Amino acid sequence: MSNPGVTTQVMQWVETRLPIFSFINHSVGTEYPTPRNLNYWWSLGSIAGVALVLQIVTGIVLAMHYVPHADMAFDSVEHIMRDVNYGWMLRYMHANGASLFFVAVYIHMFRGLYFGSYKAPRELLWWFGILIFLAMMATAFMGYVLPWGQMSFWGATVITNMFTAIPVVGEAVTTWLWGGYSVAGPTLQRFFSLHYLLPFVIFALMFLHLWALHTSKSNNPLGIDVKSEKDTLPFHPYFTTKDLVGFGVFFVILAYWVFFNPNYMGHPDNYIPANPLVTPPHIVPEWYFLPFYAILRAVPDKLGGVVLMLGAILILFVIPWLDTSRVRSATFRPVYKGFFWIFVVNGLVLGWIGANPPEGAYIIIGRIATAYYFAHFILVMPIVGWFEKPKPLPDSIAAAVLGDDSAKEAN
Amino acid sequence: MTTTTPEGGHEDGATRRDFLYIATGAMSVVGAGLFVWPLVDQMNPSADVLALASTELDLSAIEEGQAVTVMWRGKPVFVRHRTAEEIATAKTDDSAALPDIALDSDRVQKAEWLILIGVCTHLGCVPLGQKSTEVKGEYGGWFCPCHGSHYDTSGRIRKGPAPKNLGVPPYVFLDDSHIRIG
Ligand code: HEM
Ligand code: FES
Repeated sequence: MSNPGVTTQVMQWVETRLPIFSFINHSVGTEYPTPRNLNYWWSLGSIAGVALVLQIVTGIVLAMHYVPHADMAFDSVEHIMRDVNYGWMLRYMHANGASLFFVAVYIHMFRGLYFGSYKAPRELLWWFGILIFLAMMATAFMGYVLPWGQMSFWGATVITNMFTAIPVVGEAVTTWLWGGYSVAGPTLQRFFSLHYLLPFVIFALMFLHLWALHTSKSNNPLGIDVKSEKDTLPFHPYFTTKDLVGFGVFFVILAYWVFFNPNYMGHPDNYIPANPLVTPPHIVPEWYFLPFYAILRAVPDKLGGVVLMLGAILILFVIPWLDTSRVRSATFRPVYKGFFWIFVVNGLVLGWIGANPPEGAYIIIGRIATAYYFAHFILVMPIVGWFEKPKPLPDSIAAAVLGDDSAKEAN
Repeated sequence: MTTTTPEGGHEDGATRRDFLYIATGAMSVVGAGLFVWPLVDQMNPSADVLALASTELDLSAIEEGQAVTVMWRGKPVFVRHRTAEEIATAKTDDSAALPDIALDSDRVQKAEWLILIGVCTHLGCVPLGQKSTEVKGEYGGWFCPCHGSHYDTSGRIRKGPAPKNLGVPPYVFLDDSHIRIG
């Protein structure tokens, strides 16, 4: 057993009984070959991992003080804010951490879209990513209900009422979800239980995501396959250090929000205790749900809106087959590249519409942007891939990055 | 060769062991199902939630044109003392283009008392229009600010994403000025 890194006798003793050191080494160490041209867009995955750990750690300590009861939840959060040592900081880290977690994951997903990381052989890797995204949305939604303010209560009411759109069994399913005839104490308690559980489900999904990644290996900005060892660098120390830079940036940004602007991404209405008789004049979800909220409201039909909103996420599952181009990276796809950026802008427009009341021009723009969202997947992806003439691809990663000569020398 | 067929099998291929496998498997599925149902059903409303079923209200204090909101089963119930005008519009609108067709006379027991579940049938917000200072929407009834649904003076949906009219809760007049909801 010659494993670099297993140096001491104690390590050797452990290694022969549980090969943990070689496992780590093959996952994130010197034995994991990584395309040498990965840029900082590839840092967002590990940053999302850090964000998840941060949510779990701060969440577990918040749960030591939080009371999941309709009469006490709001006051217990105020108790965390005012009385618990560092409680304000832990709560602000958890609330703003959730936002940054979504920022990281959204960038991570757009990275995948731009560089074609969802294409063969990475379809399952992509699927686990979407499952993580869905689980994150459920977790964040239920977490936002916990402080039991007006936005918590009415957000929960609007979202759970979507289930009433299901034909025939809708009412029964919704009553079952609520544990009553409206969002109330029983709803809060089950949401707390699930909010505690789901992050660990996400952790398990992340493990499968990484397992699939380590099987198909990382894609890279050129989108071409690794052809020889010359194309790669060992993960450690090259990408461990690069990822650490990303963590540093993440924590600096987190510190800005936590210490200088902690309530910017929240809603003042959530500092008013939940009142089942009064709906706030303008209900908006957290920013990370806004584009989907805009899609929900784009159709003047209840079931239609809900189906479209779900479809907006589920369609991501089939894009490995909707995209007909044989070239992965948009760098070499002159036509698709333009469409990609239009899609990004369209996503921002949807977010802006989601934050505004559904009236006048907002309705029209919301409908156009929703139609375009789906058109990107259903029309642009198959058609552009079919007629576009991609630019010539480099022979290898090493040839493109190091110049042709050095690549030849190496071979 | 003393043990040729360890399963003690028959010529047709089905053995006692196959039978035991299938029987065990089937019992496990039944057992798992019996265990899963309580796990699912515990989420349905509990006995104490089901028990909180009725609310009584004195109508004598509500002037014509006024409305009050009471809680029933954790939801707001709108009680509106309609004006003669409102009743008349509600009746004329019986023949308007209604997304969810209903006659005003089927939605009230006494024309001046309109009693409705104050929950928008779209996604559950409480529509505005109870207080005199609130907007009542384009049809003079209620307006749901969440996604813009307009209800008329009979609580019928007229415009917006909500699919149905505001619900009518079960209620009885105990005497001329008292009702029991539920
Ligand atoms: C995927 C990871 C997670 C996400 C995205 C997430 C998200 C959220 C959000 C958005 C809130 C509302 C913040 C506010 O406005 O107050 C919240 C609250 C809360 N979360 Fe999490 N959370 C995660 C993991 C956890 C874990 C593992 C626990 C451990 C039990 C936890 C415990 C709590 C508690 C007790 C609250 C209520 C206190 C408060 O409102 O600050 N969370 N969560
Ligand atoms: S909840 Fe009333 S319009 Fe959507």
